[in-house]
Amino acid sequence: MNTIINFLFAAVKNGAPLLLGTTGEIITEKSGSLNLGVEGIMALGAFAGYYAGYKTGSLIMAILAAFLVGALAGLIFAFLTVTLQANQNVTGLTLTIFGSGVALFFGEILIKQRPKLSAALNALLSGTEIPLLSKIPVIGRILFSQNILVYLAIIIAVLAGIYLKYTRLGLKVRAVGENPAAADASGIKVALTRYVNAMLGGGICGIGGAYLALINGRGDWDNNSVSGQGWISVALVIFARWSPFGALLGSLVFGAFYVFQIRVNDIVATFPFLGFLSKIPNAFYSMLPFVITALVLVISSVQKKKVGVQPSSCGINYYREDR
Amino acid sequence: MTETVNAKGSVPDVAIELKGITKKFGTVVANNNIDLSVRRGEILALLGENGSGKTTLMNMLSGIYRPDSGSVFIDGKRVVINSPEDAKKLGIGMIHQHFKLVEVLTAADNIVMGAEERGVFLTRKRFEKTREICKKYGLNVDMEKYVYNMSVSEKQSLEIAKVLYYGAKILILDEPTAVLTPQETKHLFEILRSMRDQGCAIIIITHKLNEVLEISDRVTILRKGESVATVETRNTNANELTELMVGRKVSLAIERPKVKVGANLLHVHHLTIENSDGIEVIKNVSFDLNEGEILGVAGIAGSGQKELCEAIAGLHPIKKGAILYKDENIERRTPRELINLGISMSFIPEDRLGMGLAASLDITDNMMLKNYARGKSPFVDRKTAGETAKRIVKSLDIVTPSINTPVRRLSGGNVQKVLLGREIDASPKVLITAYPVRGLDINSSYTIYNLLNTQKQNGAGVLFIGEDLDVMLELCDRIMVLCHGRVSGIVKASEVTKEQLGLMMTRLSESEVEKNAG
Repeated sequence: MNTIINFLFAAVKNGAPLLLGTTGEIITEKSGSLNLGVEGIMALGAFAGYYAGYKTGSLIMAILAAFLVGALAGLIFAFLTVTLQANQNVTGLTLTIFGSGVALFFGEILIKQRPKLSAALNALLSGTEIPLLSKIPVIGRILFSQNILVYLAIIIAVLAGIYLKYTRLGLKVRAVGENPAAADASGIKVALTRYVNAMLGGGICGIGGAYLALINGRGDWDNNSVSGQGWISVALVIFARWSPFGALLGSLVFGAFYVFQIRVNDIVATFPFLGFLSKIPNAFYSMLPFVITALVLVISSVQKKKVGVQPSSCGINYYREDR
Repeated sequence: MTETVNAKGSVPDVAIELKGITKKFGTVVANNNIDLSVRRGEILALLGENGSGKTTLMNMLSGIYRPDSGSVFIDGKRVVINSPEDAKKLGIGMIHQHFKLVEVLTAADNIVMGAEERGVFLTRKRFEKTREICKKYGLNVDMEKYVYNMSVSEKQSLEIAKVLYYGAKILILDEPTAVLTPQETKHLFEILRSMRDQGCAIIIITHKLNEVLEISDRVTILRKGESVATVETRNTNANELTELMVGRKVSLAIERPKVKVGANLLHVHHLTIENSDGIEVIKNVSFDLNEGEILGVAGIAGSGQKELCEAIAGLHPIKKGAILYKDENIERRTPRELINLGISMSFIPEDRLGMGLAASLDITDNMMLKNYARGKSPFVDRKTAGETAKRIVKSLDIVTPSINTPVRRLSGGNVQKVLLGREIDASPKVLITAYPVRGLDINSSYTIYNLLNTQKQNGAGVLFIGEDLDVMLELCDRIMVLCHGRVSGIVKASEVTKEQLGLMMTRLSESEVEKNAG
């Protein structure tokens, strides 16, 4: 029983940065921008978040710095694709290379100082039990004894879900992502909507990067803290079917896959009949999230539904005078 | 909007006035020094051939384009319209030819998305508020329905409801009747009249003369980007309007040469077809096409016309039934096999540049698209194709700098002629044409009608998928009416009226109407 609870606890913990990355990318895509730069934005957020936390010792400053740097990356993306009409795929990929490179450059300088987060900040990040709720058996341990950034990730995802689905502003965002010409004809500011949401989404991705640097490094700086999780977030958007609520479940599943490959021996030790699992090469488990994503794509394209699919103008630039 | 009051103390009579509007795209002058005005409580028809600049002019009112020079006055006050948002604030609403709706949203959401209203959250109230506007103007829209489930006429009503909800006092409709049945058109005109009576200024773009005469109070005619005349509708007639529009006298009658109907060419036998979404779009359809006749296919857009054409051309799988060409089953043959079998069948698809021609290739190369694989040499025979191209350009009067010009540089009418010319040059036995005159002006349309008649006289069978019932009644020998993928009747064009066709399109044959009445 303990093995399972620990496993799920770790799944939530490792799913949270994916949840942030995915939520950010969903907001961006819903407004019609396909930003493939999540990996780079998370790398930038990781550095900015860690550096601000290291210098100020304040968690709020760390989150703010990561958000602002992520939003700045979103601004670059929006400027290139909305104002200059650059190809979105190319811009996103370039942003990944740029972001990862810049973060590595400064990370290399930083690592020479052998940085360590302050003890107070480390203690704050190690975990916060929510009064009463954490006393609930099983659930209390899995969901309500996590670190403070996990709670933040869940709150952001829920707010993003409400924003997109139930608010007037969210309706405008969806309209712009589906059919910018129709939105424009109704008097919605298409360019502004895309700018704001690319920045908002980028900022949230940035916090996802900060999570990886602050939590997974246990106080030390790691140049490779992001290492592919940005890409998994992009895949997770498809799994979540462009809904932040879907991302809550999706990030848990993907987090579980991630933990599974590390803890497969623990699990086999507890459940000897699963012994065959440890014989499968680890690479198989790291591949699983992408196989599942491919399956979701296949299933959703067979269903031919109108909801839960990519916004129809996602990835396509809008130019009013096009005929 | 604050209303300016003129010297006499009354609100100015003219709702919108354009003075000296000029718009250029590169070196092409789309609008040249155009003047136009619409009074409050008036319907103005904007008439002109293709490329005469009607839509460009209206797009400047709706904020899609900006004029290079000239000025716009609304209620006597000079305004500058920089964006659709500005137009909306000035009370201008435009119903575009291609609807600007978000498919995955409900009707109500399509309306409230652009409304400046208080409140952070979307509430149920939005359905009631949007329903009120429909009630006021007699529009029939289910506000909770998703747009992708709507028919064309529902979408149009929604577009109208939308601009009225934003408080539009000046309404622009771009070819609103192109996709409607006669009954739906009638209903639309009733709505427009009621809006006019409530003080709206309405501009309607169309090139159907009978509609101009029926609905408008005044007509402004554009020719080659210039406004050539404005006339009172009650003082004019179709012939005069055509003359103003084209610039010379044109006979409006379409010939229907009498040809002896020959042997059976195509027999479609209880055909059922599914579209790519797995929905049956053609259900149990049977008909014959014989030598020397034009068989018209009428129906509301999306009644399965496209799939029917593609199935006959071997481009779409058949679910049930058979297609016989001279008593030979041609089901499951690829287009190449059909050509090799010696079945000469020509298909002029709806989407000309998408399916009919390769847009970036020149006229010569496009001539070779269907026969490039013939002959023993591994190299293509550009010489013969070039001769064909020259011949077609000459005989069909195609306006092009040379036969080496990429097809996409040509205007819509000329593109259509290139395609038709290629297909006819192969002297087909069966000619399938889907909306061959869609988007063409009167002159080009009549050229095409003549070409089809020539084919008929040469003994070909022509399947004519059309949308203008007036034209079909004059041109076709027989008309098959489709309704929701079923044949609701095959009638002789000389023995049927437009209204009867309209009813059949909505699946009400005359006997059924009587039944309903009794």
